Amino acid sequence: MKWARLFGIGFLIVVTFACVFANFVAPSYAHQFRDEPEAAPSRQHLLGTDDLGRDRFARVLYGTRVSLLLAPAAALLSSLLAVLIGGTAGFLGGRVERAVMAATDLFLSLPWLFLLITVRALLPLNVSPITSVAITFALLGCLGWAAAARVICADARSLAHSDFILLARASGSSGLRLLWRQVVPNLQPIVFAQFWISIPVFILTEANLGVLGLGVAEPLPSWGSLLRELQSYSAITGQPWQFVPLILFVVVVSCFHLVLLEQESPA
Amino acid sequence: MIATRHPLLSRLVRHAGRIALTVVLGGLLGATLVRVAPGFGVDEAELDSRLSSQSIAALRASQPGSDSVASFYWNYLSRVAHGDLGISRSLQQPVAELLRERTPETAKSVVLGLLLGWLLGLSLAVAVVMSRSWGVDLFASLLGGTLLCLPAAVLALLFLIARMPGRLVLALIVFPNIFRYTRNLLVRSAASPHVLTARAKGLGNFAVFFWHILRPAAPQLLALAGVSVSIAFTASIPVEALCDLPGLGQLAWKAALSRDLYLLVTLTMIVAVVTLGANSIADLLGHALSDHSSEVPA
Repeated sequence: MKWARLFGIGFLIVVTFACVFANFVAPSYAHQFRDEPEAAPSRQHLLGTDDLGRDRFARVLYGTRVSLLLAPAAALLSSLLAVLIGGTAGFLGGRVERAVMAATDLFLSLPWLFLLITVRALLPLNVSPITSVAITFALLGCLGWAAAARVICADARSLAHSDFILLARASGSSGLRLLWRQVVPNLQPIVFAQFWISIPVFILTEANLGVLGLGVAEPLPSWGSLLRELQSYSAITGQPWQFVPLILFVVVVSCFHLVLLEQESPA
Repeated sequence: MIATRHPLLSRLVRHAGRIALTVVLGGLLGATLVRVAPGFGVDEAELDSRLSSQSIAALRASQPGSDSVASFYWNYLSRVAHGDLGISRSLQQPVAELLRERTPETAKSVVLGLLLGWLLGLSLAVAVVMSRSWGVDLFASLLGGTLLCLPAAVLALLFLIARMPGRLVLALIVFPNIFRYTRNLLVRSAASPHVLTARAKGLGNFAVFFWHILRPAAPQLLALAGVSVSIAFTASIPVEALCDLPGLGQLAWKAALSRDLYLLVTLTMIVAVVTLGANSIADLLGHALSDHSSEVPA
């Protein structure tokens, strides 16, 4: 399966580069070619234009940039929260651990998308595109820590009872210093795995929110808003290039899974 | 003492306590969120320029905005205890009535989705284990992997374009999760030494499968059944919203778009209790099955 992992990593690097340098290879995502609404693919517009005359290729690149750069940022935030909550609880053990894990279980028992749209609805809906991006991914990061915290807590607990921690305690290290210098560095592999697992989950959730109109606001594109355009797809007018964002989406999420598959397989 | 004599009863009490705690704490969290949300206690009628300052003051006094979180929660709990779930601000209908109208639709979708998803996932996982063919495994894994990469909302849109019944989307969301977990579980179970011994002793394929592969994996499969209920309910929001199925998922979506927080929090709590109940039943059945298996002499 090594080739699959290499393919996954290679494809993700190519897509990330393409979307980071979108400014150089495509026009602005918001620029309207008013004379050419719903144009077919051409040399000028590789994927045609949408009903407002905006270049689809540019929107795919910019939308991919938003989702592909901010989903890892949200995953980083949720992983940090998971380390803080799960790591501390596992390290301290006893009643603290039981209380924190009970709270985590309670949090996990709330259905994910119901919780997300409830919290999203608490915040203003009519906001600028940049604010909507920040709100969407910050929410994903702040609410997606619970499952990772459970795993990290179990790992921190076993670390807290290991021989090298006993040695560190015997040599006078304790409290925060012990946690920061000995436990947290040894949690790195599991934290990295949890971080990587969260990315496709957050990308899928953002897409769901975007299609439902609760994600990133127009005119800023994201995968959610790009996939929402499928709502206007008609078999009669038939514009199959409308499916390109969907294909790219599936391949990118599959690549994240392929990289994970390789991480899981030796275990 | 009672716990050691009646382990099932003690588990039952523990699960019931957990559900009650979720309701109380989740309700408190929900009430706090509703109370502190921007715009709480503000009526759009206040924007009417024809109203005098006295009328606006009377309107504000009629809003529950002056309540503290604690008194707001207490009022909320006492109303719920009397079966009054309040009135939806956006739909101007009692929440209890809305739930009565929309629950059957979601129940139908979720049950159908779970049945079909489990049937497909379990059948393919069994086919992979029994056939031991890499071709079947590759096909099933590719199918499951692709579906796992598709958001429920996009699947619903694709079903709309293809003019297929939206209800089936839930089955396709449940299926890959069931298949992936069940396949791994059964493959691991089939590779255990006792299965090899059973085969060496000449047991038939079906006997080996049912008694030595499926049975040890049954408690974990039951746990998965509980989790799959939560997956189906979560997917019901985009599916019902996009396929125009008048269920709880669509209601939650409409409530979110119109910031009807009271209705949203109530819906979230109800779905949380249902999924917790399903998980508890799965857990109790799993333990009962494990206890029964351990009592059977080797």
